[in-house]
Amino acid sequence: MSFFSFGQSAEIDIVLKDAETRKKVEHKTEDGKKDKYFLLYDGETVSGNVNVTLKNPGKRLEHQGIKMEFIGQIELYYDRGNHHEFVSLVKDLARPGELTQSQTFDFEFTHVEKPYESYTGQNVKLRYFLRATVSRRLNDISKEMDIVVHTLSTYPELNSSIKMEVGIEDCLHIEFEYNKSKYHLKDVIVGKIYFLLVRLKIRHMEIDIIKRETTGTGPNVYHENDTIAKYEIMDGAPVRGESIPIRLFLAGYEMTPTMRDINKKYSVRYYLNLVLIDEEERRYFKQQEITLWRKGDIVKKSMSHQAAIASQRFEGSSSAEKALAQAQAKEQEQ
Amino acid sequence: MSDPTVADTRRLNSKPQDLTDAYGPPSNFLEIDVYDPQTVGVGRNRFTTYEVRMRTNLPIFKLKDSIVRRRYSDFEWLKNELERDSKIVVPPLPGKALKRQLPFRGDEGIFEEAFIEERRVGLEQFINRIAGHPLAQNERCLHMFLQDESLDRNYIPGKVRPLGLTMGCGNDCFLLFSLALFPFSHLLFFH
Repeated sequence: MSFFSFGQSAEIDIVLKDAETRKKVEHKTEDGKKDKYFLLYDGETVSGNVNVTLKNPGKRLEHQGIKMEFIGQIELYYDRGNHHEFVSLVKDLARPGELTQSQTFDFEFTHVEKPYESYTGQNVKLRYFLRATVSRRLNDISKEMDIVVHTLSTYPELNSSIKMEVGIEDCLHIEFEYNKSKYHLKDVIVGKIYFLLVRLKIRHMEIDIIKRETTGTGPNVYHENDTIAKYEIMDGAPVRGESIPIRLFLAGYEMTPTMRDINKKYSVRYYLNLVLIDEEERRYFKQQEITLWRKGDIVKKSMSHQAAIASQRFEGSSSAEKALAQAQAKEQEQ
Repeated sequence: MSDPTVADTRRLNSKPQDLTDAYGPPSNFLEIDVYDPQTVGVGRNRFTTYEVRMRTNLPIFKLKDSIVRRRYSDFEWLKNELERDSKIVVPPLPGKALKRQLPFRGDEGIFEEAFIEERRVGLEQFINRIAGHPLAQNERCLHMFLQDESLDRNYIPGKVRPLGLTMGCGNDCFLLFSLALFPFSHLLFFH
């Protein structure tokens, strides 16, 4: 707002084409609060209209052009000045001129690539947003609307179990097993811990889920570890031959899919940490990475179709993701 | 491929447990008692010794039942040896009570019954915590302290069993020690 402008000002309002039917999801903001945003997928067309409402009806609004942008950017908190834009699309809505009355402009960005999932983390943020700008000589009027993008995957073709024998020589030998190495966000971790040798006084055992956000490259790599869950699986002292089952439902925890080296800026990885604690509070642990992926809500797809995409899914082929997303978008439109 | 819409949460198959394992004595039996304080000597050369009795079924200890007599400075010696040679964070000993050793006290100083009892409890906690530590069990000084009649302070420090722990033994081997959070913890697993 300029105090020296006795002229016209305007309010901008961005409306997506299918706002009534489109799903909204909760997404954390930087200060920890949760808000709801429209959910979009890779490959989907982003279209709608912009309402420019003049504040003083009757007065003219001179402008240097009206445009709409779709932007996907990564912001590192320690380097706020530099936004890394990986998607940047512009559509001109109006050439320089003047508005005599409030007006609505349509816009459409067809089949927009949205290669990464929206993410608000401890040290980095990836966001997508629409930005409408009315350019003026002294100060622009602009409005941003954030949207959330989810990246979807399907059941991987290869999903081997994790099975390992670990321990301390002559003291403690265990064999742990987790039924898969790749889990979707609403999956269940089924496993077991088998005790081969117990010469320690163990008091209890738990499984922790640890999220590690890595930002920076080379010598400036920074890891931020966050324990998402602590789940006790055994209380008391086991003996040789005992088998402790694990059944951990992931849907109860707030997690994102595994993100590897996003635009070479950051990674978000998840680890299962098996922790045994003895009578003297000594902790023994084994950490194991698991891959988390996001399953689409739409289930009815042919198995061969899923299988075909799944094998490409984990190589990160964006064209495969586009194909899937387009198919899903079509399904949503129906 | 089974129906992927409902997760299979059935338990994984496991070997049935041998009944002798299930109901037999556990393999982790280790108890050390510090008791029977006796003050020996006269005048300014008095000191207190405690009986240290260890009962165990851990194979690493040669004797399954041993009794020795130790004084406070012997415990201090053990603590110093472990701090120097092993990677563990050694728990604290009960206090040295130097003030109690000053003259002109109204009471018996370090030979007060209540003080000796307090010290006995602290020493018992100390030795139990150490002896149960897998890394401390490697150290010759601990075995000498618990099972040799007297301490040979000119002994050659060393390990009792091969260092399967600290040497690399596979790609997954890693050995870490947490410092501040848990006073006596170490984190270790290897493959």
